[in-house]
Amino acid sequence: MELSTVWFILIAVLWTGYFVLEGFDFGVGSLFPVLGRGDEQLDGNTRKRVMLSTIGPVWDGNEVWLLTAGGATFAAFPHWYATLFSGFYLPLLIILVALILRAVGIDYRGKVDDPVWRRRWDAAIVFGSVVPAFLWGVAFTNIVRGVPIDADMEFTGNVFTLLNPVALLGGLVTLTLFATHGAMFLALKTDGPIRHEARALAIRIGLGAAVLAVLWLAIVHAGTGNAASWVLAGLAAGTFLAALGLARAGREGWAFAGTFGTIALAVVSLFVALFPDVMPSTTDPAFSLTAANAASTGYTLTVMTWVAVAFTPIVLLYQGWTYWVFRKRVSGHHIPIDAAVPADSDLGAPAGPGR
Amino acid sequence: MEALELARWQFGITTVYHYFFVPITIGLSLMVAIMQSIWLRGRNPEWLRLAKFFGKLFTINFALGLATGIVQEFQFGMNWSDYSRFVGDIFGAPLAIEALLAFFLESTFLGLWIFGWGRIPEKLHCACIWLVHIGTVLSAYFILSANSFMQHPVGYVNNPETGRAELVDFWAVLTNKVQLVTFPHVIAAALMTGGAFVLAIALWHVWRARTPADDKPMYRKAARMGAITVLIAGLGVTVSGDIQGKIMTEVQPMKMAAAEALYDTVPEGQGAPFSIITVGSLDGTTEHWAVTVPKLLSYLATGTFEGEVHGINDLQEEYTLTYAGSELTEVEDYRPVIPVTYWSFRAMVGLGIAGMAVAAAALWALRGDRPLTHRGWYWASVSVLFLPLFANSFGWIFTEMGRQPWVVFGLMTTQTAVSPGVSTGEVLTSMAVFTLLYGVLAVVEVGLTLRYARAGADPYDGASLDPADRDEDQAFVFSY
Repeated sequence: MELSTVWFILIAVLWTGYFVLEGFDFGVGSLFPVLGRGDEQLDGNTRKRVMLSTIGPVWDGNEVWLLTAGGATFAAFPHWYATLFSGFYLPLLIILVALILRAVGIDYRGKVDDPVWRRRWDAAIVFGSVVPAFLWGVAFTNIVRGVPIDADMEFTGNVFTLLNPVALLGGLVTLTLFATHGAMFLALKTDGPIRHEARALAIRIGLGAAVLAVLWLAIVHAGTGNAASWVLAGLAAGTFLAALGLARAGREGWAFAGTFGTIALAVVSLFVALFPDVMPSTTDPAFSLTAANAASTGYTLTVMTWVAVAFTPIVLLYQGWTYWVFRKRVSGHHIPIDAAVPADSDLGAPAGPGR
Repeated sequence: MEALELARWQFGITTVYHYFFVPITIGLSLMVAIMQSIWLRGRNPEWLRLAKFFGKLFTINFALGLATGIVQEFQFGMNWSDYSRFVGDIFGAPLAIEALLAFFLESTFLGLWIFGWGRIPEKLHCACIWLVHIGTVLSAYFILSANSFMQHPVGYVNNPETGRAELVDFWAVLTNKVQLVTFPHVIAAALMTGGAFVLAIALWHVWRARTPADDKPMYRKAARMGAITVLIAGLGVTVSGDIQGKIMTEVQPMKMAAAEALYDTVPEGQGAPFSIITVGSLDGTTEHWAVTVPKLLSYLATGTFEGEVHGINDLQEEYTLTYAGSELTEVEDYRPVIPVTYWSFRAMVGLGIAGMAVAAAALWALRGDRPLTHRGWYWASVSVLFLPLFANSFGWIFTEMGRQPWVVFGLMTTQTAVSPGVSTGEVLTSMAVFTLLYGVLAVVEVGLTLRYARAGADPYDGASLDPADRDEDQAFVFSY
């Protein structure tokens, strides 16, 4: 196999890893307004802290899949990286802002015991989860279906070119799919009221997501798909329905595995439909970026292959270990009472002379 | 302003901002790892309290370092796509390896460390923070390899057919002579910053009347540890910086000339002076008054007090002969902005020395158990927090501005590297968004750091951190 093909597969693996892992992080954050609302059993703040504690030890590592996918694209397909990142400028800017706000929000919301402080970071977490979940769907639909690219490999459209109806539908699909995935994760990882509400919610959002996803996959694969990509898309749809059924039956672990598999199969089906292009041109197919013409030299790809072969298994091992260490369900009583510094601590008090 | 200017400003702003958190992350993770290790060996609860206290401050800073790091990776493609096309074959590899080897290590084990108190065996838990630190150092290694290539390209050939630089020797990139001296310099500077962070906050608690008297000995220990770290790391910065100056003179003579605003070559045997401070014209061409040290520049540049130092005018002439007409340069002026290089170099050295001086004074004052009551110690603790931190910033401003007009020295100029398809409006939007967002986050971050620094270390609750003794339903020690 050509090394550029190997790297096409590896990039596909990295994006798949990113979406199956950070997908549920995004889902958990997106569900803050629904599952994070307090009731007589559990107040809203404790609920949100339970929700965050399920992803707490892992979300950061999950986000590195994106950094690795970006870096690997830069290294293995510099032209793909350059065309994509400069062409999708504004959506990427919004994604970056959202990811920054989300990261800071997750880390900072619990650090001051003050409702206004928390409310602001809650908004940041919701924005930072919903917006990337939506925009990644928009971006990937455009990558697979093609965008205007000229003979110099430059994107010639604008932001409205990217916001076409099919791409927006793709955004809704990733958003609802990730929300379902996140709800399944919460059902698996929590105990108490959140667990049951999350499971019911997963089924409800999931049914909507199923309709949108089938429509979207059908449009994308009708345009650019091949036999293999159709089969994978069909498997994704089947797996999703199975996941919803398993959730209904109370098999939370298997249901989560189901949404995990659904997202993986759907992403793989997109990459299979894309190959051998990496960014088709709608201006002229001759201008399309392909795995071959966008790639680095054989030497760089060889070096990178050895590094990837040697270190990816180690990364998978320790990331897997993290999930194992924190395998227990989280509920209200795991949440410490006095973790934060109160808002009215001696902040602002004049620093008197020492004694 | 054009897209090029805005893209440069955006890169400068986001990079300097990102680099406030990087040295703190590298330095402070080591300090926390050492504190936790001392506790594991001696079981003195003071060290456990300190490890948790500085650990929390570490996580506050790590969050922003990580979040702003994504912007760094993305903006190469967004704003500098022609650069990415030209050097992607070389530059992308260390970036990807950095993510695979370092970022996964840092963030995975930091998650384990934050949530793992009392949940994983003590020694393994302590190993997690060490792995976080190792991750930060590895990350620095790979990103500095990429940066050193921009300062002194090695291990590549120019391929006229593809119009790009192509990698032929990855090992040469990883062992670039600029890299081999930049890496220790940057790590030492980061450790100095981490030590200064601990010194600043601990010293403040020693000085402050409100700090419980029982806690003062604990903060004295931490302050001493911080001061010693600053001094040892400062020595490392000085030695590595000295070697770095000589290598820089060899590979980028214009940068050394610009560091002194030396326009005319000082020939062998005369010995070029180094000016500590100068009052002159704004463009740096005329000197009205200066305090100078004879022959010091010759020593900094060549290692001998009599060595020849090339001046800006000669180098400009030489570069014009070498590079004019080349397709990838498109410039006629090979001089960086002289006042920026001149003053940033002095700010780097001066702030670093001042930081070491404060640390030395603090170490002297903290001997025995005499109290610190003088108001001056308040200002010492505040200043020592910022002196090495800003020295780092000015060091980078000097390094990167001194390379201009090149983005890759001798190969590609900055103006040919910018994204051709990105409009001025788009870059303006992103620059404004990042500046505003970073500004707001800076206020929040500083406020939060101060709040936690003031609150001081949590009391020792005597609870066992050995998972074997604990019940599965316990609350998380650190959590969101």
